[in-house]
Amino acid sequence: MVLHANDKSNVKAVFAKIGGHAEEYGAETLERMFAAYPQTKTYFPHFDLAKGSAQVKGHGKKVAAALVEAANHIDDIAGALSKLSDLHAQKLRVDPVNFKLLGQCFLVVVASHNPSLLTPEVHASLDKFLCAVGTVLTAKYR
Amino acid sequence: MVHWSAEEKQLIASVWAKVNVEECGAEALARLLIVYPWTQRFFDNFGNLSSPTAIIGNPKVRAHGKKVLTSFGDAIKNLDNLKVTYSKLSELHCDKLHVDPENFRLLGDILVIVLAAHFTKDFTPACQATWQKLVGVVAHALAHKYH
Repeated sequence: MVLHANDKSNVKAVFAKIGGHAEEYGAETLERMFAAYPQTKTYFPHFDLAKGSAQVKGHGKKVAAALVEAANHIDDIAGALSKLSDLHAQKLRVDPVNFKLLGQCFLVVVASHNPSLLTPEVHASLDKFLCAVGTVLTAKYR
Repeated sequence: MVHWSAEEKQLIASVWAKVNVEECGAEALARLLIVYPWTQRFFDNFGNLSSPTAIIGNPKVRAHGKKVLTSFGDAIKNLDNLKVTYSKLSELHCDKLHVDPENFRLLGDILVIVLAAHFTKDFTPACQATWQKLVGVVAHALAHKYH
């Protein structure tokens, strides 16, 4: 999945528009993922997953920060997320299928908060970006 | 057989009642062809699919999108009998159309995003969860007769 120039500018524009809401979007992404794909909860047995959970909010903030970081270094996502990639490979070992589920929920969050922002072209670029992030995070798995 | 709670049935019905099948269907199919361009392989006879603008304005895309989502409406009317309802459609997609069932999952996910954009904050996590379940079950029913 190669990000072309238009993809990069579309993604940067999305994150510029999202701005300070990124943390909130991160938390909502996780909330939606746990609701729509209950199997994803198996990675968080140590979390309180009730609505409004401070742990989910905190984790959503981390997830969002990583996406923002990737968008800010979109020419070298692998470099920007290298440590996170190591973490996922060595410690977290989240099955690769789950990145697509997270991506779907993030797209739903963006769509539901900013319908006019998610044009078909932007949707395509953001989907590609989220795939690229998932690929980077699972790249060192084996 | 898939079990649907009363709440899930309510969430499906209340969303569906407000869906413009023609617009939503056209939007979903256009986005499928734009976001996952390899899906265009099934539509060689649709004419101009050379750009997002061409795809969105393409009358065959609109018409087919409406057809697909209208059929989805049949699924909603027959939630407790989906495999039978879609039996012939499943055979058609396998034997005549040769569509990889993965495409049903892709379209389902796109439909959920289109609904999210349309319903915004009313498309709650519970609503999304129900609709992700629905599109998954529809995709499964459509793939059921594959051999």
